[in-house]
Amino acid sequence: MASGKIITRRVAILGGFAGAGWLVANTDKLTLNSDFQRVFRAVEDWSKTAQRGLMFGDRLAREYSPSDISPHFKPNGTYNPGTPEYESHAAQSFATWRLRIDGQVTNPLTLSLAELRRLPSRTQITKHDCVEGWTAIGMWTGVPVGLLLKAAGLKPNARYAVFHCADNLTGEPAKGGEQSPGQYYESIDLRDAFHPQTILAYGFNGKTLEVPHGAPLRLRVERQLGYKHAKYVERIQIVEGFGHIAGGQGGYWEDRGYEWYAGI
Amino acid sequence: MASQGNWLARAWHSAFAPIKEPEGFYRHRALVRLTHWINALCILFLLGSGLNIFNAHPRLYWGLYGNEGDTPFFAMDAFDTPTGPKGMTQIGSWQFDTTGVLGWSKVDGEFQARGWPDWLTIPSFQDLADARHWHFMFAWILVFNGLAYLIYALWSRHLQRDVVPSRADIGAIPESIRDHIKLKHPTGDAARRYNVLQKLAYLGVIVLITLMVLTGLTMSPGFNAIFPWLLDLFGGRQSARSIHFICASLIVLFVIVHVVEVILAGPINEIRSMLTGDYRIPQDKKDRA
Repeated sequence: MASGKIITRRVAILGGFAGAGWLVANTDKLTLNSDFQRVFRAVEDWSKTAQRGLMFGDRLAREYSPSDISPHFKPNGTYNPGTPEYESHAAQSFATWRLRIDGQVTNPLTLSLAELRRLPSRTQITKHDCVEGWTAIGMWTGVPVGLLLKAAGLKPNARYAVFHCADNLTGEPAKGGEQSPGQYYESIDLRDAFHPQTILAYGFNGKTLEVPHGAPLRLRVERQLGYKHAKYVERIQIVEGFGHIAGGQGGYWEDRGYEWYAGI
Repeated sequence: MASQGNWLARAWHSAFAPIKEPEGFYRHRALVRLTHWINALCILFLLGSGLNIFNAHPRLYWGLYGNEGDTPFFAMDAFDTPTGPKGMTQIGSWQFDTTGVLGWSKVDGEFQARGWPDWLTIPSFQDLADARHWHFMFAWILVFNGLAYLIYALWSRHLQRDVVPSRADIGAIPESIRDHIKLKHPTGDAARRYNVLQKLAYLGVIVLITLMVLTGLTMSPGFNAIFPWLLDLFGGRQSARSIHFICASLIVLFVIVHVVEVILAGPINEIRSMLTGDYRIPQDKKDRA
């Protein structure tokens, strides 16, 4: 009667419930455990692989009609970098603002806003999805990032474009505590950098991009969440890897626990 | 079993001893049992982490967009009042003071602005990044587990035979409603099958979980580029987010009713049938006498 099968099943049932109970009781501890975070990282990689695998032919994000533009568009993160340098640029309508493109390129570039505006532009009405859950729809005008990277000439080892920003952001509470402030930056891989809808925007809703939305230049990466859309961009650094930059995770929020691939 | 000395072993044995015809029958096959419990664990984690994610923006909108300045139909906010901060929950044009639970509640003994309270969220502290990690991890498990169940249930015809209501079932809906109101549970041969309301509830929860996955994917900008028709299906990302929340609420309702029914119908017999598969057929009291 008390055969091996019954005992095995009993062990399986008890073990399964004990394991599940332990998991439920330890969610806070596991969340703060750096080894367990590796599990999360693996899931993130899997999500990215799954989404990228389905994005045949670099599909476009949906573009909306002017009547869909939302009456409100919440600026988030930094509303104004507020540094003396930035204030002085803003006072001169960013006439002396320069965008630098350097790193693993054959031809480093320094471009003024006037020069960027003379390049071919793209205008798109797209949905902006914040990781917090809200959505706004706006019209963006700017220069395709791929065009700039082609002009700068990528070296064979180029893999990521890192966008350095003029704002220092104070983090919001996470993991039960306050987060450290830091210089905002973001990174995307070349597949996203050369996507036709990936632009450095200087225009918003038919007007010059305003300070709360990232004047004078703001990245648009339409198939990812809002925090990837770096504002106040002053430098594009082409790199082979981003492990040596700031916290090493490829972005301000990534250094604070968020996914590098923000397609979800 | 004389060898089983202590009461725990005896209780375990009497609860899990195989039950053969005609006292009972093998009701749930191994894959159904296993996927049931994995699904239950996934739902627990998805709800907890989902509420933590929700706290990052505790408002719901309808339509293509919705953010600061737009009017939500559901919100949990903290407001300063002359008598101190209050947690207010808004549903449509109604407002409720939910201080202490929704909108404004204690975390580690100190009040803070918080949609759902810490005892409902995973992790307990406010942490959007990690709540998302938990959420997506269990979402993947839910999807694979759900697919395993659905493929098996269709292939073995469990779904068609045991869960999809027959024409006779549909006609018996009024009677089944009366039985449920009287808390009367089927006995004898009738207890070998699910009653029609039970079938509809199980089908309903399969539909709800499917909607959860689809509305979840509709909130993903990457997925939007892959399947833009999902945005049309749900009427925009903010509608999809709201449907996601409403379906989650209905799943909570299902779980409550499900657990209450298990308790009313005989918790040991019902839980055993989902652990070992064996189900003892309840007999009418007069038959037993």
